[in-house]
Amino acid sequence: MATKHKKITGKAFVLGKNIDTDQIIPAEHLVYSLDDPEERKFYGRYALSGVPDAESGLPEGNIPLVEEDEFESDFNIIIGGPNFGCGSSREHAPASLDIAGVDAIIAPTFARIFYRNSVDGGFVVPYESLENLSKEIHTGDEIEINPEERVVKNITQDKTYEIRPLGSVADIVNAGGIFEFARKEGMISCQ
Amino acid sequence: MGMTLTEKILAKNSGSSSVEPGESVWVDVDVLMTHDVCGPPSIGIFKNEFGEDARVWDKEKLVIIPDHYIFTEDKYANRNVDILRGFAADQDLPYFYDVGSDDYKGVCHIALPEEGFTRPGEVLFGTDSHTCTAGAFGQFATGIGNTDAAFIMGTGQLWVKVPETMRFEFEGTSMPPYIMAKDLILQIIGDIGVDGATYRTMEFGGTGISAMTMEDRMTLTNMVIEAGGKNGVVEPDAKTEAYVRERTDKEFDLVYSDPDAKYHSKYHYNLEDMVPMVAKPHSPDNKATAIELEGTDLDRAYIGSCTGGKLSDFEAAAEIIDGHDLKLDTYIVPATTEIAKGLETRTLNGKPLIQIFRDAGCNIGQASCAACLGGPSDTFGRLNNQEVCISTTNRNYPGRMGSKESQVYLASPYTVAASAVTGKITDPRVFIQQTVI
Ligand code: SF4
Repeated sequence: MATKHKKITGKAFVLGKNIDTDQIIPAEHLVYSLDDPEERKFYGRYALSGVPDAESGLPEGNIPLVEEDEFESDFNIIIGGPNFGCGSSREHAPASLDIAGVDAIIAPTFARIFYRNSVDGGFVVPYESLENLSKEIHTGDEIEINPEERVVKNITQDKTYEIRPLGSVADIVNAGGIFEFARKEGMISCQ
Repeated sequence: MGMTLTEKILAKNSGSSSVEPGESVWVDVDVLMTHDVCGPPSIGIFKNEFGEDARVWDKEKLVIIPDHYIFTEDKYANRNVDILRGFAADQDLPYFYDVGSDDYKGVCHIALPEEGFTRPGEVLFGTDSHTCTAGAFGQFATGIGNTDAAFIMGTGQLWVKVPETMRFEFEGTSMPPYIMAKDLILQIIGDIGVDGATYRTMEFGGTGISAMTMEDRMTLTNMVIEAGGKNGVVEPDAKTEAYVRERTDKEFDLVYSDPDAKYHSKYHYNLEDMVPMVAKPHSPDNKATAIELEGTDLDRAYIGSCTGGKLSDFEAAAEIIDGHDLKLDTYIVPATTEIAKGLETRTLNGKPLIQIFRDAGCNIGQASCAACLGGPSDTFGRLNNQEVCISTTNRNYPGRMGSKESQVYLASPYTVAASAVTGKITDPRVFIQQTVI
């Protein structure tokens, strides 16, 4: 929970463009409680289960983010195409990726509600890349995100790409979400 | 420098004399809406963060409308409505539209205007992406997640980045008889793409928009999210005022864009030039004209949702369906209980609309979101296999209406009804011209 704005390393999971919230977590699974620790796990199991098989885990495809009967993934960095997270406002989408063990998403552009939910809920860090890295990086590549230097390194392929600074949301990301941020700023009293 | 309508509302609610695009501001919230999918987790976060016994900031400003998973045996879905029920009782909420009660409404984005919550000049947030629908009334309205909703429940405030505004002008005095607002918005989304308005406001204006009914305007603002828009907005006029005053005693401000407001970009369309449009699977910007797709085989027609389940949508469909046998399995789902009543009372050719649909063999569902978003497997109208469906809804990403093997074409109620009659994608002009001449 609450991955901070700091160096992240891990394995890439690559997706195409316009990955919408129904593909991230299909609507039929939204009935599980996010507050109940047992039910909550199902969001991890079904994260990205709505992505058509051929487009899941590019360039090869047919790779699920989470193996059947598992609740967490070995992949912790998602590389997406443009307009990542379009569709509904369901916060279950970034939450399900977080529950599946994803720390960060790199995409050239994000849909705004998904971006906001990722940040305000402290689920995953959304980094905007200058290029569409879903055409460059392969599922399984070892990746390092270095926000200070504003770069992503593909260790497997020995290549480096630029990412944009987080700007005004960096404070919320660093605080771990909007509530932690508001407490730090004295907007709401401690609970 | 002048401001757009959206900038003015955000300035007013953040206590500033002016705001600029790109600036982040904290705004006071006039209405927060939530439903059965996002309400329970929002309530969970609210209790975790503010305490089990915390009270919401203003119970007059919180509206809870269960609508998504209503008529299902799914035990988790029913449990979620129970959570809303418990919270509404604990907090003594005046605006909870409970399932199974006389207050039950159906789809939140249509229920909000019906109940007088879409007031010009105000700020409305909702835990649903189509909250942007309310912009048809000159309100700033946008979708948020559960954490943000919980934050508002406790504080009455939320941060917003002021969006740049794109202006879409429609010229003309009336819509051609075969065109609906759905065709216009599908055209725009096809032109600018599913991320063409990301982070921005889509403002609609021009003589063509003034000529439109409130329901038509709602169809436009409803789908701005399908172009990535933060909010959609139509400047209020006499029609807006009449609609809203009929439904609320609350005072509101009519806010307009300044003539020298700065826009990100401007687009011009002429109503006369518009043609029936379809979005092909699997993206709302995958545009084609109905004519280009004529003859495409279909299995099912679906008329419903916050986009295409309003009374005027059913009137349009009935105009074409009346007197025909249908070649497709056709599903009719009124968005709200008020619209369901309208199907009984509104007549065409001397018959109630509902009778026209029954006589044609349509399956008629109860007011709710139903298969618009798939839902539990027993949901009315859900695409459980490889069906090819033509629908008046708003999204056709893989699996949106159920199975990811299915395919969805989005179109206007005219085009969906014409296709239901022939069994294949059909330009509605074939039927409309017959009735007009
Ligand atoms: S009708 Fe469809 S788009 Fe509208 S609120 Fe319900 S699920 Fe969402």
